[in-house]
Amino acid sequence: MTVITEAPADAPAPARTPALRWILPAAGLTAALALPWLVYPPVALDIVALALFAIALDLLLGYTGLLSFGHAAFWGSSAYVTGLIATHYGVPFPLAVLGGAVFAMILALPIGYVSVRRSGIYFAMVTLAFAQMVYFIGYQWSDLTGGENGLQGVPRSFFGIEPVETNSFYFYYAALPILLCGMAAAWRIVHSPFGRVLVSIRDNTPRARALGYDVDRYKTIAFVLSAGLTGLAGGVFAISHGFVALTELHWTTSGDVVLMTVLGGIGTLWGGIVGAFLTVMLADQLASSGFHGIDLITGSVFILVVLLFRRGVWGTVRHQWQRRGSARRP
Amino acid sequence: MTTEGRVAIRTRALTKVFRGFRAVDAVDLEVREGSVHALVGPNGAGKTTLFNLLTGFLSPTSGTITVFDEDVTGEPPERVARRGVARSFQITSLFDTLTSREHVELALQGHGRQGFRFWRSEKLLGRHRDRVDDLITQVGLMPLADKQAGLLAYGQKRALELALVLALDPPVMLLDEPTAGMGIEDVDRTIALIRRLAAGRTVVFVDHNMHVVGSLADRVTVLQQGRILAEGDYDEVRTDERVITAYLGEADHA
Repeated sequence: MTVITEAPADAPAPARTPALRWILPAAGLTAALALPWLVYPPVALDIVALALFAIALDLLLGYTGLLSFGHAAFWGSSAYVTGLIATHYGVPFPLAVLGGAVFAMILALPIGYVSVRRSGIYFAMVTLAFAQMVYFIGYQWSDLTGGENGLQGVPRSFFGIEPVETNSFYFYYAALPILLCGMAAAWRIVHSPFGRVLVSIRDNTPRARALGYDVDRYKTIAFVLSAGLTGLAGGVFAISHGFVALTELHWTTSGDVVLMTVLGGIGTLWGGIVGAFLTVMLADQLASSGFHGIDLITGSVFILVVLLFRRGVWGTVRHQWQRRGSARRP
Repeated sequence: MTTEGRVAIRTRALTKVFRGFRAVDAVDLEVREGSVHALVGPNGAGKTTLFNLLTGFLSPTSGTITVFDEDVTGEPPERVARRGVARSFQITSLFDTLTSREHVELALQGHGRQGFRFWRSEKLLGRHRDRVDDLITQVGLMPLADKQAGLLAYGQKRALELALVLALDPPVMLLDEPTAGMGIEDVDRTIALIRRLAAGRTVVFVDHNMHVVGSLADRVTVLQQGRILAEGDYDEVRTDERVITAYLGEADHA
């Protein structure tokens, strides 16, 4: 197996209590609906979009055992394609986002096909190399992408419904269903027969092959699905900002999402939400207080969390919950 | 019943060289359909390498492998598995976070194309329930069906290994040291289990325990330094001068 992606030995909860089953999603939904009242709406949207990004990455990192270090390619390219579709065709934004996500999946097919033939650090480096190539194309093809200036003035069209098109508070509620669908899809994938095979590949690849599973094919499909969900998130992000920066394709974006996923907890799926929330809120609070060393603080928080809670924030909470649960049961 | 004369696995001049070291050297092996065939030999004789070649985990340097007269040389493990050649592993090889039940379900769905259904609920696997219960009962793991494999005791893990192989319902089973590290009672229980499973199948197994080999094998192939040293039924092989010499100084094969 791989060195860097050791599987948390307590990953799936075999017997979920009914309380967890319903209360948790209900609480999550409530929080998502309440969020733009509590924080500045564009920031709220950043949180949910990045949360889906982290969840999509966790599909690979936590459930397939593959650390992608090139997911900026799918996030960024979907952002560009969404922006271009919105700019040139003026379609309602969900359609543009869908176009971006489909593009990300098409891009992921050859990249995934080649990358999954390696694992561990080699997989990470191959995905990074591909992402750098995509970055280079985005940088050079400035007629299309605006190069260093980014893609400016991306319109936000939504069936002529004025409040959504102009007010980021209402836009949040128009965009939220897309992101929630993405999260639901990730949950479905993880809890499907396919997801079971992914976990078996993560736990013990040779054994999965001996059972007749074409491991590379499963990994490629997981990669493409992950890229599609990443694309949904990146597309919504682009529409929300009305602008696509070249940074979205930069390798630091790939790194940030890995940090968020690890912060929340690898192999927990919902940990991505916690990771995105902490990262975005921290950066936002620091920025509005005029502090310049944001990365210094977020970096320190990351190191502290990883040292203190090896399973990430969400992973640690869940682990404690399960231990209490199993202690109560005879 | 078994059709006398058909050959389940045949290798011709099968050779695997690791950096100049001939781990398997020009092996011509013939495993008859329906037989229980043991591979024995001192440590480093090439038994596990041969297993890995037969199941596609290694590609041969030269030579060919056929399964029921179809050439499978160089095919990847998943393809060989789909041809009905299932193997167990010498070092227990399970999925630590899955339960026994989930293991067997996983092996069962490997047959079809259900594995690709990422849009369906895993409850879909409930349709295998009867078969899963049956297999888990056969290997005596029913009380532990919902325990994660990482938490099982060693003997229980070995039993689950067998359940996995069995779930594939393979015409050919390759068992790599099925009784390794087991206590006496477990060994006898496993022998009885394998004997029952062997009905109507071809079994190739590696074991150091001569009691196991003697009780199960119709035919024994002795390997030494990657070559076939002797072949025959258990009594022939046991009394073979060359075999006795090869084993001399390796007294601890209890």
